[in-house]
Amino acid sequence: MRIFFIICLSLITYCATAQVRLLKLDELDKRIANGKDTTYVINFWATWCSPCVAELPNFEKLRLANLNKPVKVLLVSLDFKSKLQKEVVPFVLNNKINAEVFLLNEPDQQQYIERIDKKWSGAIPATLFVNKKARRFYEKEFTETELKNTLLNLK
Amino acid sequence: MKRLILMAFMLISGFAFAQTEGYKVGDVVKDFSLKNVNNKMVALADYKDAKGYIVVFTCNTCPVAKAYQERISALNETYAVKGYPVVAINPNDAGAVPDESFQKMQALASEKKFNFPYLLDPDHLVTKQFGATRTPHVFVLGKTDKGNVVEYIGAIDNDPEEANSTKVEYVKNAVNELSIGKKPAIASTKAVGCSIKWKKG
Repeated sequence: MRIFFIICLSLITYCATAQVRLLKLDELDKRIANGKDTTYVINFWATWCSPCVAELPNFEKLRLANLNKPVKVLLVSLDFKSKLQKEVVPFVLNNKINAEVFLLNEPDQQQYIERIDKKWSGAIPATLFVNKKARRFYEKEFTETELKNTLLNLK
Repeated sequence: MKRLILMAFMLISGFAFAQTEGYKVGDVVKDFSLKNVNNKMVALADYKDAKGYIVVFTCNTCPVAKAYQERISALNETYAVKGYPVVAINPNDAGAVPDESFQKMQALASEKKFNFPYLLDPDHLVTKQFGATRTPHVFVLGKTDKGNVVEYIGAIDNDPEEANSTKVEYVKNAVNELSIGKKPAIASTKAVGCSIKWKKG
């Protein structure tokens, strides 16, 4: 019986860890390049960033509203890598986050901030809208309506 | 005479323009007078013997700022005696985030035994003047005959988590270079930090 529980717990933990994957910028770039007509809405956030946490439900609403469209909402956490298991995974579980969640696995902030957008100061929340035709970066918080409109107006 | 007036006009308008966007490296900083946690007002001019300043926008709640608190204190330990004191400013609005209140600032300064000023910036006036966008955000100033000039803007180091084996201490390097009469080799960097908690409404 006990073994059964242990197996269940390990499976659940495995599922939980599988929910937040480490992500390198090269991998993200590759995914975007292979995205065909998909528009990616990539939100940069962290568990410790309260305005980021406050706007996460708006991204979920956007994701749900676009389930049948070529739109992918990706939540990329900038939490410290050492906090992946202790903070990010529990956060995702407790808040029942259904979008794809990643933890950015890049060692040099100077480089990755510039790579994501040259005008980005590094402050979060920040969101990148990108598809084959356009790439727009916003260093700001988004309401549900603003997200919808930005997506619609992305040229 | 006309040339002087034209130059003055250009300086003022250039200065005014800088006001809306924030300072860039090379800009002359306008002095300010803000309330410290000990209820006394503090201005850059109070430091008559300073050769420059390490102005840090930092706050009570941001985990990145908290992770850097000891390092900020250490910067003051090392550089205040060399003429580059730390001057910390809280850019956040307590109405937006109650834990950024003046009382909480006093509690933090007392608990962590800050030996540098930790100033309140109500209505974000100095924050906007500098163009600080997050916490922590550092502006290293050097005193010149033109006034206090911005010599470095950005992160304290490239190692927020204290896990980087190739750590580069940007602020330390910048101040070391300034104190031997050189311009910082790296004059500006970026960093992830918490956005400023602006006043609502």
